[in-house]
Amino acid sequence: MKSDNVLLIFKSNIMYKPVIYRLARDFDLIFNILEAKILPRREGRILLELRGDQGQIDQGIKFLEEHEVVVERLADKVWREEDRCVHCGACTGLCPTHALSITSPNMRVAFDVTKCVACGMCGLACPFGAMRDITLFDPFAEGRTGQQYQ
Amino acid sequence: MADFQVNKTIAEINQKIKDGEAVVVTAEEMIGIAREVGPVEAARKVDVVTTGTFGIMCSSGAFLNFGHTKPRIRASKVFLNGVEAYAGVAAVDCYIGVTQTREDDPLNKVFPGRFRYGGGHVIEDLVAGREIQVTAKSYGTDCYPRRSYEVTMTLKDFPNAWLLNPRNAYQNYNCAVNFSKKTIYTYMGILRPDCMNANYSTSGQLSPLLNDPYYQTIGIGTRIFLGGGVGYVIGAGTQHNPGVRRSENGVVMGGAGTIAVRGDLNGMSAKYLRGASMTGYGTSMNVGIGIPIPILNEELARRTGVSDDEIQVPVVEYGLDYPDGGGSPITYVTYGQLRSGEIEVDGRKVTTAPLSSYAVALEICETLKSWIKSGSFLLGEPQETLPSVPR
Repeated sequence: MKSDNVLLIFKSNIMYKPVIYRLARDFDLIFNILEAKILPRREGRILLELRGDQGQIDQGIKFLEEHEVVVERLADKVWREEDRCVHCGACTGLCPTHALSITSPNMRVAFDVTKCVACGMCGLACPFGAMRDITLFDPFAEGRTGQQYQ
Repeated sequence: MADFQVNKTIAEINQKIKDGEAVVVTAEEMIGIAREVGPVEAARKVDVVTTGTFGIMCSSGAFLNFGHTKPRIRASKVFLNGVEAYAGVAAVDCYIGVTQTREDDPLNKVFPGRFRYGGGHVIEDLVAGREIQVTAKSYGTDCYPRRSYEVTMTLKDFPNAWLLNPRNAYQNYNCAVNFSKKTIYTYMGILRPDCMNANYSTSGQLSPLLNDPYYQTIGIGTRIFLGGGVGYVIGAGTQHNPGVRRSENGVVMGGAGTIAVRGDLNGMSAKYLRGASMTGYGTSMNVGIGIPIPILNEELARRTGVSDDEIQVPVVEYGLDYPDGGGSPITYVTYGQLRSGEIEVDGRKVTTAPLSSYAVALEICETLKSWIKSGSFLLGEPQETLPSVPR
């Protein structure tokens, strides 16, 4: 069993078409909606956790793409600016999925992007602007954690 | 004056450092050594224990002299990259404090504010060698006729640039929780409602003043690692309070001692002076400080051997109690418990997170250790130790 977090973007031409249920019906995938937003007549965005065999996940994603859904892997949209991180740990107490955690014995902060659900809390908590994500839910803004640092 | 089995002086240790014979260990290594061989043997074996901390220290800033202009100006208002520096001193001197925000910062008008740039970031930019926009205004006098001045400068263009911090390296501190019904944005970070998380800020067993809890070796003239360069303790910091309650091992059970420090910004590094933006609170700066503790006797060996499990921390409520002017401890926990990632407050499990980087504090301990071992860093003999209480 593998798990992948993906961002699905439904452009206006397909945004009212039901497709997600078929991931379960046709591909035996477990899906878990982490966040969703609909901008009426513009687009819809869903943050989805997909669980299943790698083959099924790949096929499911292929199916979505065939139906004109833009699929982006969350791991490519969220990152840490390594030279900004001082490994203080301020983000770790707020991270809901333990994607950010302090490792022993070197006491550095590890970032496991595959566990990240892009809630944006780390971006608020980080004093150094190290945690970044781009355009997940607001197509008008540069990114949820704010404008370009400085 | 207690009788010790081991008696060394700072001068003797300095001679060993010069001869390349001094035994230097980090505060983390000292815990194991003191446990293994006992304090007397540890005091015979070890000459210096290096400590370190890298946390947000709001009571910090830099004194800058930007050089006389032609014609002359007695600046009455100075801005560095849009951040105001205090200019109520002589002609071209000013003090930039780390919590000063940019003039056009929206602050908390849209709550919580992000405070992306302030005095701490100006200092970080300076030590990183980046250009700074200096703007000065004046009312003009006979001797200083100029009324405005604008120039781009880098650190090396300033005739004088010192880090000068009135209160750093707090000896122990609070662990913050929030009992209110809404998320709060504090200098102790983001605290979620109903005591969902707890934040603390210390390097604990590595922390300078926690390793010399009665300040027997620290005072004016103590040479230290400051912001990646060399600096000095110039006395007790503001709010220095040695009278705080102590546990049986002599370690304070809350914020107590503090130090004021000074050092030349030239030679410091942006790695150890980092502008910080605390959402909803304001700007500040992370300061890297490392203090070498000379092991003059077995008492100091025992005290530097203290571990996170033996340091008590007060848990303080920041939702209502602290802002109201209170701040009495709800309970005490140890740094060992805090580092485990979870503590118990009022019978419920609470996630904990540090704000001070243990990883960088350890790097500072190691760097200071290598400086001393190489013979390039001698211990400064304090002319007067910090005010203390009877042991």
